[in-house]
Amino acid sequence: MAYFLQQLINGLTLGSIYGLIAIGYTMVYGIIGMINFAHGEIYMIGAFISIIAFLVLGLAGVTYVPLALAIVLLITMLFTSIYGWAVERIAYRPLRGSFRLAPLISAIGMSIFLQNYVQLFQGARVKPMPPLVQGGFTVFESGGFTVQLSYLQVFIMLLTVVLMIGFTFVIAATPLGRAQRACEQDMRMAALLGVDVNRVISLTFVMGAALAAVAGLMVTLYYGVIDFFIGFLAGVKAFTAAVLGGIGSLPGAMLGGVLIGLIEAFWSAYFSVEYKDVSVFVVLVLVLVFSPTGLLGRPEVEKV
Amino acid sequence: MTAASGLAVENTAKPPVFWAPLLRDAILAALVAVLLALPLVGLQTYDVGGGALGIRTHFDWVAWAGAAVFAGRFALRVLRQRYDARPMGETKHFAFLAVWAARQAVPLTLVGVAFAVMLPFLPFSSRYLVDLGTTVLIYVMLGWGLNVVVGLAGLLDLGYVAFYAVGAYTFALLARDLGFSFWEALPFSGLVAASFGVILGFPVLRLRGDYLAIVTLGFGEIIRIVLLNWASLTGGPNGISDIPRPSFFGLPFSRSAPEGVTTFHQFFGLEFSPEHRVVFLYFVILAMALVTNAFTLRIRKLPVGRAWEALREDELACRALGINPTTVKLSAFAIGAMFGGLAGCFFATRQGFISPESFTFIESATILAIVVLGGMGSQLGVVLAAILLVTLPEFGRAFAEFRMLIFGAAMVGVMVWRPRGLIAHRAPTLRLGLQPATR
Amino acid sequence: MTAVREPVPLLAVENLTMRFGGLVAVDDVSFTAYRDEITAIIGPNGAGKTTVFNCLTGFYRPSAGKLVMHKGGELLRLERIEGFRIARRAGIARTFQNIRLFAGMTVLENLMVAQHAPLMKASAISLAGLLALPRYRRAERAAIERGRHWLERTGLTEQADWLAAALPYGAQRRLEIARALCTGPTLLCLDEPAAGLNPRESHELNDLLRSVREEHGLSILLIEHDMGVVMGISDHIVVLDYGRKISDGSPEFVRNDQAVIAAYLGVDEEAVEEVEAEVQL
Repeated sequence: MAYFLQQLINGLTLGSIYGLIAIGYTMVYGIIGMINFAHGEIYMIGAFISIIAFLVLGLAGVTYVPLALAIVLLITMLFTSIYGWAVERIAYRPLRGSFRLAPLISAIGMSIFLQNYVQLFQGARVKPMPPLVQGGFTVFESGGFTVQLSYLQVFIMLLTVVLMIGFTFVIAATPLGRAQRACEQDMRMAALLGVDVNRVISLTFVMGAALAAVAGLMVTLYYGVIDFFIGFLAGVKAFTAAVLGGIGSLPGAMLGGVLIGLIEAFWSAYFSVEYKDVSVFVVLVLVLVFSPTGLLGRPEVEKV
Repeated sequence: MTAASGLAVENTAKPPVFWAPLLRDAILAALVAVLLALPLVGLQTYDVGGGALGIRTHFDWVAWAGAAVFAGRFALRVLRQRYDARPMGETKHFAFLAVWAARQAVPLTLVGVAFAVMLPFLPFSSRYLVDLGTTVLIYVMLGWGLNVVVGLAGLLDLGYVAFYAVGAYTFALLARDLGFSFWEALPFSGLVAASFGVILGFPVLRLRGDYLAIVTLGFGEIIRIVLLNWASLTGGPNGISDIPRPSFFGLPFSRSAPEGVTTFHQFFGLEFSPEHRVVFLYFVILAMALVTNAFTLRIRKLPVGRAWEALREDELACRALGINPTTVKLSAFAIGAMFGGLAGCFFATRQGFISPESFTFIESATILAIVVLGGMGSQLGVVLAAILLVTLPEFGRAFAEFRMLIFGAAMVGVMVWRPRGLIAHRAPTLRLGLQPATR
Repeated sequence: MTAVREPVPLLAVENLTMRFGGLVAVDDVSFTAYRDEITAIIGPNGAGKTTVFNCLTGFYRPSAGKLVMHKGGELLRLERIEGFRIARRAGIARTFQNIRLFAGMTVLENLMVAQHAPLMKASAISLAGLLALPRYRRAERAAIERGRHWLERTGLTEQADWLAAALPYGAQRRLEIARALCTGPTLLCLDEPAAGLNPRESHELNDLLRSVREEHGLSILLIEHDMGVVMGISDHIVVLDYGRKISDGSPEFVRNDQAVIAAYLGVDEEAVEEVEAEVQL
């Protein structure tokens, strides 16, 4: 029971991270109908920038942890957003309106480019970071096994909830959010009504990148070690989460993320660690084959 | 032009270029580049040992990046403005080239095949060149195979490497456990791969576009992970080695052979040379690739091939005409997979050793890039793209680290420049021929 | 004195109902289309006409009702046959409201795709085709001939090698009809074949449909808004409004039916005379 609870906590934490990345996928797919293959790399870049920011702050003598966290959070979000913006402008915007394979190939090329770019300039070796946020409290004890909830896990889950509420508010209540939803429904009409479609799309990518940046920061803190390849796997898993929750739905992405995190945690705890990635791929295949609209998604009707 | 004919338009005058907005644009681009490069290029982390990291600054690199982007962007925009301002009526050269190439298909093919056949015997040839040619031909065959699925049937397959792997491992296992030779295993590799094509095709029948791509990617990864972890069957990360090499109608390409068996060089009275086998392998893959091509060209004219293309164009119309989308899609998957499997069998025998490392997603992406860059459905385009993608990294041997970087950038670049691929011209499968083709 | 033919039922639609969630698109519609006749389904936009077509041709599964096709002495229940099989088993071919051609293929190739089934059989799962055996070559030649025949009838012979996407709009509509005819159907279902055609082209369409019916013993079911076409060639008209059938009979009968006039004017039956007076009909 205690073991189960611990996996639950771990899974929820992992799920929060996947959920944040998944939101980026779902927003982009919702608005321009394409899978941003390079989004996983954006998350990876966020992780790297956060580590570098921590190092710089450390060298500058900032040791008060909450302050460092706040600064790094802002810096990471800022720089990663620029990357997200640039990727859209370079690889996707010129191909809007082209046949559907072109942006996909371009996205794959961008993904390969970013991976190797980071590998080239930061080295292929893993980057470790000493644990910054330590400690936690014991939730439960049974049969010699203690269930721990670390401050870091609380921080991650709390930050995720705050961001979720914030973004849901933005999408539902602000003019930008309205414009975004309009573009999702009918881009041409929105443009005719005076919505700056290019700006809305760019902002969508920026928002997705910002959230992925936060996920990258969380992963840096949580696992303490990153490398240039984490983007690919996390990307596919987060995409699975977005599809599972219903592509195009923000709460769906978070829900999907949490589910995938739980599935991964429980699978590696109770079955096998080697095949834990396979479990997520299998979920992806099953969801897409049996229920492509996911849990909270809108069904698509094709007019004959 | 004289002053008297003032109404005449001087066509050779250079159109005006508006500098100010271009400069502004280039400066902005450079600024973005600097911001992007600052954290990841300007601040480089490195190991100081003991699990700690240090930082080196490279702000000069950041400055170079900014300058390069400024110059490049500016130049690009100037050229663009000049090109756009040209008077109408000038043909777009590349499209013209593509159509010309399509019309000259037969002579071009003959020249190409002749060159390929003569390659090992040309004066500047070398073992390195023949090896390179063999690699190019493997990718050409893979490209033609994937072309059936993606180019003809319009099914986005991002997991094609799975069939490549299945073909290779089928041969390796048959050789290891049942002592099959290359030629004996070849049909089995194709058959097993085709079966996998059907199995993996079934679940994705209802999916379209990007979803189909992701699921096939998932399948490719599942297969790779299974190959990696099912060590008892596949040898895990160590793979399978000692895969037998092909023989020339029973004559092995070795220096010496057991009693009663003549080797290749003994039979033909030649000095033994390891190059014989290399050249033979080259001709084997050349033959396989040519068979693939002939098969594909022929099947396009058959109802099956036409159904693939019709399905790609409009699935609903196909259903209204009584065509069963399921069988059409599965046949495309199966045929495409079969060629992938045959190529995989060849790959195994050429290397003598296989491991899951050779069958990553990057391979699938590369093969897909070859098909799309070449121009979907274009056989010649696939050849060009394969030559480009395989040989270019070789030229940059010195820039080995930049290889994949350039590869990724090239994929983005070519797609942005020519979304339809280098040669995107579809030759019709039959003509009534009453009028000379005007379009 | 011409003999009066006894109309032979070809397609009996009985109590057809189609629901999409809470929306009832087709509500208990029944009518019969007769052999060798041109039956038109008309009605204001949104009346459910294309939905009926989609049920007939296997794109939707009806929520309730029966679709009985009389073919070769058999009674086929269309709602029980799998979508794409209806075309071949029941001999029903259709065109689409928003033309669905194989745009990237040539005109002739479009017609060859329509003859997929006989060609597949002749090619013996492509084996005979790959080896270019005589039996396949013969079948291919016959298919090309059939294609050429319909090209002539629809006036598209000169454009045989053009890309379908390059055809002007009217020609595209004719190609879609030619393609449907190449499947050798018993019942031809046309969804707004005259949409976007100018009066001359509509006239030619009328001639084409009439001659097709006479020479090939084909029955036609069509959805149309162009009254010139409908009144000009239909033998039998069915009128739908809001998913229900409101009239069913000969063109003269339907033309004068108050219920139909009311539906098209958008008013209640009682107000029809008033409105007609206003507009001075």
